Amino acid sequence: MNESLLRELVPAVIGVLVRRGADFASAEDAVQEALIRALERWPDDPPKDPKGWLITVAWNKFLDATRAAASRRARERAIAAEPPPDPGPATDDTLQLYFLCAHPSLPSSSAIALTLRAVGGLTTRQIASAYLVPEATMAQRISRAKRRLAGLPLNQPGDLATVLRVLYLVFNEGYGGNIDMAAEALRLTRQLAALTSDPEVAGLLALMLLHHARRTSRTDAQGRLVPLDRQDRSRWNTALIAEGVSVLQAALMRDQLGEYQAQAAIAALHADAPSTGETDWVQIVEWYDELLRITGSPVVRLNRAVAVGEADGPQAGLAALTGVDPALPRYAAVSAYLHERAGHRERAAKLYAEAALAATSLPERDHLTREAARVRHRVNR
Amino acid sequence: MKYLLLKHYRGGPAPHHAFPAMDQWTPEEVDAHMQYMRDFAARLEERGEFVDTQALAPGGAFVRYDGEGQPPVTDGPFAETKDLIAGWYIIDVESWDRAVEVAADLSAAPGPGGEPIYEWLEVRPFYNSASPADE
Repeated sequence: MNESLLRELVPAVIGVLVRRGADFASAEDAVQEALIRALERWPDDPPKDPKGWLITVAWNKFLDATRAAASRRARERAIAAEPPPDPGPATDDTLQLYFLCAHPSLPSSSAIALTLRAVGGLTTRQIASAYLVPEATMAQRISRAKRRLAGLPLNQPGDLATVLRVLYLVFNEGYGGNIDMAAEALRLTRQLAALTSDPEVAGLLALMLLHHARRTSRTDAQGRLVPLDRQDRSRWNTALIAEGVSVLQAALMRDQLGEYQAQAAIAALHADAPSTGETDWVQIVEWYDELLRITGSPVVRLNRAVAVGEADGPQAGLAALTGVDPALPRYAAVSAYLHERAGHRERAAKLYAEAALAATSLPERDHLTREAARVRHRVNR
Repeated sequence: MKYLLLKHYRGGPAPHHAFPAMDQWTPEEVDAHMQYMRDFAARLEERGEFVDTQALAPGGAFVRYDGEGQPPVTDGPFAETKDLIAGWYIIDVESWDRAVEVAADLSAAPGPGGEPIYEWLEVRPFYNSASPADE
């Protein structure tokens, strides 16, 4: 029994406790305690029926906690007298858990934490270490989120867009602490895709698979960012690419285009190309147009300018940049790239340096600083 | 998003108003100030926003390398700099606006006569750990 199999049991066990009459917040706490005990005990003494073990231990934890609260005594008697569990179908419960944990009323950091704990089966300590905050802070964040959710029924229709946004945020966190957050997000999205036929869920799954396929080539041995045009494409994971493309194709057949499908389509065109030069940039621009139509996002407009620059030349790219808000975080970086391609090296070096100051992550800042140095060095040579 | 709230012994914009150093306050005023700081940290913890807090003694020195085989050069204690850091809070919050709100809360700590001291706090963003897509 490895840890990831244990994690997979968590949402179903929460569902069982809720169906036996526990409220979501108490059920989730009880299952977390059972999970921590399982992580301690199972390596030496694995149970024959892991799910049954978790249900029993979590239910007892729940009863203990309920007993401890004197004011709840009457309710506890009523619950304890209820007939034993019907393990029943757990898929609906798990789907409802996704919606509840990523409820639109929660701030995204809380939705992330709660999703990772209740749906992902991670411990508070693991989540805290992934997000570099003290365990007590993460515990508070989770109990606060649950207080905010109190009273919301588990069977309320949820907001799928919020769920997908939360999963994508986790995916982009990469490695955190001892947990591979991207792999965890991929697992949770895969599980969600098995529970619902929504083409956007498939679109997000495809997008993650296609990004994940390129992961090892995105940084070099020194931890430096490697831009797409300089990545060693022989290191891309062809099995993940094939899976991503096939998930995407099935989703697109449904003819309900959404932003994740469009982003995945762009990622698929990159994955399909032997080099930047042989990439179908014209089709990528068309997908950016679709994406822009769906989202109206200024960030999409910015990224579209790069694709236009590849499809129709840097002057066209620079033209596509006019009208894009220069206050966007990566505006200077895009402008620098297009100016370098257009042969404006002095200008490009200045813009790369400006972009480095505006970078929001350390690897990105260091990369842009190196780009500025690279362009300047050639200028002076 | 993580932010550093930096407290300074000196430096920063012109103070809102002049007030005596803490050793001139009454013991009750000092206690009230300290209690406010503890409550502030407790509020951050309760909201799941607290990451770290540390205070720095005013001593120490500037130090630099001075070439192969040379002892390091030191300047200080109490180098003649305009800026002297007193300590910090690290918070993890949803937005810049929330970070500003938290800093304003800290700045309202009471001083002489129970009046807020209107202290300037430097608020600085950390780099994100997340890496967005590359195309």
